[in-house]
Amino acid sequence: MSQTTVVHGEKISLLRVLGPAHVWALGVGIVLVGEYMGWNFAVGKGGAIAALIACWVAGLLYTCVAMIDSEVTSTVAAAGGQYAQAKHIVGPLMAFNVGLYLVFAYTMLEAANAITLGYLVQTVGQMAGFAEAHDKPFIVLSIMFLAWLNYRGVYATLTVNLVLTATAFIAVVVLFACVKPWSNELLNHRELLTGLPYGWLGVIASLHFGLWYYLGIEGTCQAAEEVRSPARSLPLGTMTGIITLLIAATMTWYLCTGLMPWEYLGQATTPLFDAARLTDSMSLMVLLFVGTMFSTLASANGCINDASRAWFSMGRDRYLPTWFGAVHPKNRTPFRSIVFLVPVALVFAYFAPLDQVITFSILSGLLGYTYMSIQVIMFRKKWPLDTIKRGYIHPFHPLPAIVLLAICSTTYFAVFLGYGTQLVAMMIFFVVASLWFHFHRYKYVRRGDQFTMQWPRPVGY
Amino acid sequence: MDKPHYEPPKQSAFGQLFDSLFLLVLVFAALFTPLYLKLAGGGKTDLALADTKTWEGLGQNAVQQAQWVKLGLTPETAAPMITSRFDYSFSMVELVITAVVVIGYFALLFAFSKREYREVLEERFGRK
Repeated sequence: MSQTTVVHGEKISLLRVLGPAHVWALGVGIVLVGEYMGWNFAVGKGGAIAALIACWVAGLLYTCVAMIDSEVTSTVAAAGGQYAQAKHIVGPLMAFNVGLYLVFAYTMLEAANAITLGYLVQTVGQMAGFAEAHDKPFIVLSIMFLAWLNYRGVYATLTVNLVLTATAFIAVVVLFACVKPWSNELLNHRELLTGLPYGWLGVIASLHFGLWYYLGIEGTCQAAEEVRSPARSLPLGTMTGIITLLIAATMTWYLCTGLMPWEYLGQATTPLFDAARLTDSMSLMVLLFVGTMFSTLASANGCINDASRAWFSMGRDRYLPTWFGAVHPKNRTPFRSIVFLVPVALVFAYFAPLDQVITFSILSGLLGYTYMSIQVIMFRKKWPLDTIKRGYIHPFHPLPAIVLLAICSTTYFAVFLGYGTQLVAMMIFFVVASLWFHFHRYKYVRRGDQFTMQWPRPVGY
Repeated sequence: MDKPHYEPPKQSAFGQLFDSLFLLVLVFAALFTPLYLKLAGGGKTDLALADTKTWEGLGQNAVQQAQWVKLGLTPETAAPMITSRFDYSFSMVELVITAVVVIGYFALLFAFSKREYREVLEERFGRK
């Protein structure tokens, strides 16, 4: 099944050239920045030990996501990932919402990356004696520059992202080795770990930011149509990606909590760079400065690419004005979608605090995971195992779906604790947007075009 | 099998512009209203400590003090970070309203999607 885009009368389809390593790079490249910033707000919500428990519970959530996603994606092997899946399994309105989840999760992550990059440049500038150094110009510059690269089509390829990601990952490993985790020379958990300041309620509350360790790993599905062997590459690339992140997250947690008081760590913008500062090593500071810059740039670049593609796909399918479904005649990029999303990222990066921006990104992801747990049950009911060929069949169904739904429900409560207003505001937005789509926008959608897979009629319809 | 075909209307340039601006305004309203009303992350409180001028008064042991200093902070500048706490007290009414909004959203989503999905299948596979 190949999805094509018409450019000047010529049908262009994506090439199946990617292997498991590229899938790994695509997933980890967007997500690794989560170890460099954001995860530590989980420490603020529940304390250091709560953040570690949240990290592992979130790891379980993402294992369920990977299992479910690998089955559905290896079967609905069309570009657009979860968006295309929703069109085939649930219906247009669900697909519209999934498209919005993807756009907001990635655009807010892009804004968070820009905030972190700007803050880091400001901090290092002030340390270097430039007291007037300010983060805002760098926030604007980084978003505009990356958007321009994407517009021109000169976006960092997966190979470049692989180099940036590998450097950022190596920086974490080197820092971990240099703090000598086998000794108390630099790390002092005995004096810095302070139990559970909020009790077990804090453990639940910290699950909110615990998702940040892995948020976006499901982006591997965006490459479904470009993978040589989806049945093998997608589960392998995604699962090794989660294992990589789980290892990086645990190392990050261990070294940061052994170096900083939890009250500082829970509110820090660049925790790994701060950890390097506390080692008194200039080389490590430079390395972690580079690691943070690389991880934010690689992630932001991937986010602009993914968010604009999701927006573009919705325009092409008429879920949004068709104006967004245009491909640049020369650069062959979804240029209007890229440009349209720039002010959204800019405004949030410029005016909103980092924890709020991250919360909106996490909420968008959380809504998507909730939907996935219901979707896979519908998928198995509508097309039982013997009716269509699946690239991969995930084991223990429906246990992963039930576990996923249970953890998602707990995470809504975690967000409600401290960020309840944002949760309700976000839900009202999606309700209004859904009503707008169903009663207004849907009349522009071509019905038959929404189902392109060569499958039999679903059971019960 | 009868396969109905639906031909959507063509949207004017003005209609497309209006839809785009509507979405943009909706996004900014949803994400900025809590910030503008100062309700975002509002569930915070400050610990009431008698002495916020010394590390001891802030409850910091020797190791913690040393790390704060290395990070360039003094008791005065660190005090707001050390005393800030999330307030996790909540009313059951607020929790129930939030749960109803989330569950109601998904119920609406699946119900409307099902109606639209039937139209898609009718055009793809024909009427049953």
